[in-house]
Amino acid sequence: MSTVTSSVSETSGGAGTAEILIFEHSKRGRRGYQLPALDVPEQNLDDLLPHALRRDTIEGEVEVSEVDVIRHFTRLSKLNVSIDAGLYPLGSCTMKHNPRINEEIARTWGFALSHPMQPDHQVQGNLELLWNLEQTLKEIFGLPRVTLQPVAGAHGELTGILLIHKALAKTGNARKYILIPDSAHGTNPASAAFAGYEVKELKSNSRGTVDRSTLAEAVTEDVAALMITVPNTLGVFENEIKSFAEILHAKGAYLYCDGANLNSFVGIARPGDMGIDVIHSNLHKTFSTPHGGGGPGAGPVGVSETLVPFLPTPTVEKSEDGHYYLDFNHPDSIGRMRAFHGNFGVLVRALTYMRSMGPDGLRRIAQLAVLNANYIRARLRGAYHLPYDAPSLHEVVFSDKNQTSRDVHTLDIAKRLMDYGFHPPTIYFPLIVSGALMIEPTESEPKEELDAFCDAMLAIARESEERPELVRSAPHTTPVRRLDEARAARNPVLRWKSGG
Amino acid sequence: MTNLPDPLTSVHRYIPNASEDVKEMLAVIGIDSVDRLFDTIPADVKLDRLLNIDGPWSEIESRRWFRALAAKNKTAADHASFLGGGAYQHYQPACIDQLLLRAEFLTAYTPYQPEVSQGTLQSIFEYQTHQTMLTGLDVANASLYDGSTALCEAVLLAERLVKKKHRVVVARSLHPQYVETLRTYVQNLGIEVVEVGWTADGRIDTVALREACNDDVFAVAIQSPNFLGVIEDYDAISAATGNITKIAVIAEATSLGILAPPGQHGFDICVGEGQAWGIPTSFGGPYVGFMVVRDALKRHMPGRLVGETVDVDGKRAYVLTLATREQHIRRGKATSNICTNQALFALAANMYLSLLGKAGLREVATQCLQKTAYLRKKLGEIGSVNLPYSGPVYNEFVVRTRHNAKELLADLEHEKILGGIPIDTNDFLVCVTELHTREQLDHYAAALNAAIARERR
Repeated sequence: MSTVTSSVSETSGGAGTAEILIFEHSKRGRRGYQLPALDVPEQNLDDLLPHALRRDTIEGEVEVSEVDVIRHFTRLSKLNVSIDAGLYPLGSCTMKHNPRINEEIARTWGFALSHPMQPDHQVQGNLELLWNLEQTLKEIFGLPRVTLQPVAGAHGELTGILLIHKALAKTGNARKYILIPDSAHGTNPASAAFAGYEVKELKSNSRGTVDRSTLAEAVTEDVAALMITVPNTLGVFENEIKSFAEILHAKGAYLYCDGANLNSFVGIARPGDMGIDVIHSNLHKTFSTPHGGGGPGAGPVGVSETLVPFLPTPTVEKSEDGHYYLDFNHPDSIGRMRAFHGNFGVLVRALTYMRSMGPDGLRRIAQLAVLNANYIRARLRGAYHLPYDAPSLHEVVFSDKNQTSRDVHTLDIAKRLMDYGFHPPTIYFPLIVSGALMIEPTESEPKEELDAFCDAMLAIARESEERPELVRSAPHTTPVRRLDEARAARNPVLRWKSGG
Repeated sequence: MTNLPDPLTSVHRYIPNASEDVKEMLAVIGIDSVDRLFDTIPADVKLDRLLNIDGPWSEIESRRWFRALAAKNKTAADHASFLGGGAYQHYQPACIDQLLLRAEFLTAYTPYQPEVSQGTLQSIFEYQTHQTMLTGLDVANASLYDGSTALCEAVLLAERLVKKKHRVVVARSLHPQYVETLRTYVQNLGIEVVEVGWTADGRIDTVALREACNDDVFAVAIQSPNFLGVIEDYDAISAATGNITKIAVIAEATSLGILAPPGQHGFDICVGEGQAWGIPTSFGGPYVGFMVVRDALKRHMPGRLVGETVDVDGKRAYVLTLATREQHIRRGKATSNICTNQALFALAANMYLSLLGKAGLREVATQCLQKTAYLRKKLGEIGSVNLPYSGPVYNEFVVRTRHNAKELLADLEHEKILGGIPIDTNDFLVCVTELHTREQLDHYAAALNAAIARERR
């Protein structure tokens, strides 16, 4: 199994040319833009806008040509790695293939030029699309309603916890605590806090999951909800999820599911059938909308029947005569989560993807994502330490325990992977694993790519034994090498200044 | 599960591994079927059927269905549009979308690993720099979701700066959907939102503002140009609000090309919506929220920040920094829950601002101002049209007639004009940008005149 890969060069140092800042390209008199000549009679500026309300210039702004701009951004782009260039196994982020038909459809003029303040009758196409997306997500979640307003996973979390708060408040007591396992994403406790709750952390057991007894003990009359990721951040399915729901429901509390890992069970099992009351889904993960270097995303939220009256306004409805309309009449609604209708362009892409996949295709996503992750797990176990040996689904979490004796740590392994042409996995998360390397390949990867990645990981394991210094000083072939991050934080330089 | 397709034989164009690969991989794992991988999901929560959804569709079928939907919309593609109200139609130079489609930008993620993400990081650093220049403030973040949630984050930031103050004063002329969003965000946090109205010129009532700013107020938030299109007087507002944290909201970002920057007129935080920098209106998103603050507030900032540093060879480089504010480190004590933001559109904004540059930004703003003034003058000459607010405007203004605004606008729609946004029974908001021609403006005035005449009959 240990295919040998020859060592990647360690001496090249700083491949790729550094690109100067756009501001440093600026040269007086250049321009990158032309407007039609003003075709209305020009009025005296002072009559339109008193001088005190105006600025004379934008100090420091650039003067560059279109050629300068295109070259600059093309050169910048070459300093990035991306999913189109190869495996990008960032655990929890579901970096899958981004089909280009989605891009084309989102750019259709009828969608792209539609305006958020238009009356319903002018945007029937948009409303029909949103209605169809909600129907599709309802079926995927097995839940009766879905709001499409949240624009990111964390925004969906905030929405979901606000819904729970409002529903409980309606019964007279919003309660005090949200329970969150110690393996959770950082957004979970942050969202709970911004929704007005205190967080109580639940300890994971030796499988990395939550024990029924731990939960039962923690669920008091003060607990509003359990916020749990299924499968959890180790990729392990919480197989007692249904009884978690029963424990919570018996005490009048809710079960919130962070749907970041939906890619592992879409079409195989449905949150609604597990007793889950609220789930958000990151459409930029499971449903293929491009991550764009950190967004935009979308985080629709599905809810069980008792939470429906509290959904954000407006909702999209279909009348009996086939007309679509926005319904603002929800007196118990938590309110609006954002101006307008969410990240519509992202929603268009996601529905395009769902239609491209169809029922069998969505199921196959989960099957192949889980197969790919387990293949990596099988090939790398032994060389890398597996801190939790429970069967995992779409991602696998190793640690650096086998390498630390050679003073090689997770960060070093991650950086060395870059020399082999791969983006590193998510590192040092989940927090319950010391030196975690969290690998999520997704269904997009062909076996050859998985093998190349595994070969690289095995080569690094060998290098850690034989030439640890090589690994510790990686990367060697990237546009820049390891950065002085402490300096960036100690004396923050957060903008360019002329002459600085 | 005999009724379900066999993962060994089914195939999809987005999923490379086919039958042979699956068999080889199962052999390495040491199991005999893909289903075994899902043994940890209890049988009683497993779905014993396929999802009841449409598809799988080829690109040809998708294109057909979605284009038919798009064709049901009436938009600026086939109408002259005068819609603004927080989403503005400006020209996006052709090279921007081409560059945005470069896979290295489009299909990368958050630059957690700086050595292989310098493109994204440097672009964010440049974007941050543009924001500081435009607003006259010191530190900008990497982006927030949109203008409305940026307002929420600004209010929460201001609340963290002081102890035991519970009230935020907002202008009633702030975008109503922004204020609705704010009320949603603060509903469980013990924060009260107090609104202050406007006077005859359409600007905030500074007398009422001064009175509203009692000891319990931790921040004041106003929008300029405001929802009525009127440009506020920052100095007058600063004078009326003492040392309370002042938040300026910019919903029309191109206005910064000609309007005085809030940072030079006593404001501490500027937040807004960057959509106007050439991003398509796209039914409300995705856009890009921005936040810029005084240097002293930088460690309270929500969201990501990119800073400059050097690598081990001394080469200049960029990296995410001051991360101890953020959810992945501070968890429940973070300055915000935001993780994924609007990076691709921050990049689009950087490209737009760079391409237009010093002269272009000024010129777009000037043309908006001049063309709006032209239409405003023309409409003012129609006998039964009243322009209720006398304050200076940028590219939007309120039109009042004796007739029902929705009915008038429906009439204009027959002329292939999306004539405005109704904001009251008789009032509607009209927006003009550099994209409008004089001919369109003349046509609009004539069509409105005719529509009013028809209403009178």
